Amino acid sequence: MKILIMGCGRVGARLAGLMDGMGHRVTILDANSYSFRRLPSGYSGTALVGNALDEEAMKRGGIEGTDVFVALTQGDNRNIMACQIAKHIFNVPRVICRIYDPLRQEIYNDLGVETFSPTVIFADILKEKLQG
Amino acid sequence: MYIIVVGGGRVGYYLTRALLGEGHETLIIESESRVCQGISDELGSVCLRGDGCEVSTLIEAGTERADMLIAVTGDDEDNLVACQVAKHKFKVKRTIARIKNPRHEILFKKLGVDVTVSSTNIILENIETEVPTHPLTHLLTLVDRGLELVDVKIVPGSATIGKLVKTLSLPSGSVLSLIIRRNSKPFVPDSDSVIQAGDRIIAVTPSASEEALRIALSGA
Repeated sequence: MKILIMGCGRVGARLAGLMDGMGHRVTILDANSYSFRRLPSGYSGTALVGNALDEEAMKRGGIEGTDVFVALTQGDNRNIMACQIAKHIFNVPRVICRIYDPLRQEIYNDLGVETFSPTVIFADILKEKLQG
Repeated sequence: MYIIVVGGGRVGYYLTRALLGEGHETLIIESESRVCQGISDELGSVCLRGDGCEVSTLIEAGTERADMLIAVTGDDEDNLVACQVAKHKFKVKRTIARIKNPRHEILFKKLGVDVTVSSTNIILENIETEVPTHPLTHLLTLVDRGLELVDVKIVPGSATIGKLVKTLSLPSGSVLSLIIRRNSKPFVPDSDSVIQAGDRIIAVTPSASEEALRIALSGA
């Protein structure tokens, strides 16, 4: 599977390492090369400096022919826009979008983007723990 | 009309002032309290502090009864999301987004934003009009048809001067609609019209053939 990840924060870097370890072809994109320090030492995929709202950067990242695009930057709107570029301009079969704001997550879920909200997930987990 | 403006920067401020002046009920949504306070001091209580992409803020702004939402923050992604949320959650009829990157125009249209305004393109077009030697000026873009309406000036020395329209190798899909000539009434050219120095030719062309049209008309 060919995966393009946008945002090399803790989650992005970890996901890139895990998928790379499983033998998938991984490319990770970040606006700041300093972020790549978070990638595990054995990472054998590609790391590219670029802004995923820029179609040229997406092309350099091999968006054409990518099976899955994952947006994991800190900005909800940035993730939303990047995913819609991937889905509607480059016709990537699967796009996954992190959206912290639960209400915005619902809207974009309805609009056909696969979304998840760490806010909702984490709050639910904590609630379970506290009840248990 | 009730109009919501997202983003209280310079564009948002002057836009709101103009809309208020035209008698529209207008509200600015701005996230920075200092900026919001400044706007309220000058224009009265027309500024709501909040995030214009957030549903709760838009509810507070009464977005469900808004006739139009105009997003003019400095970030394309914020403008896109504000318009999409307004459209899909609040059924706002008309959404307008400012875009910085002119290449985002197609995406915004595809995603249901009714109008995009690219400051970069507007500045560029104005410069083209003001620079006298610039041979081609954009007049109008028909995005959904993929067509451009352009104004081509025939500068002295062009290789096409004195030639008949039918001998020009125009790109397919391009149509010469009008010739504006000094000391004469504008006329619709036919295949036997002769190109003269100083002519301004109004033409319709597929966006992709624009450069080919310029070459066909200027001869270089």
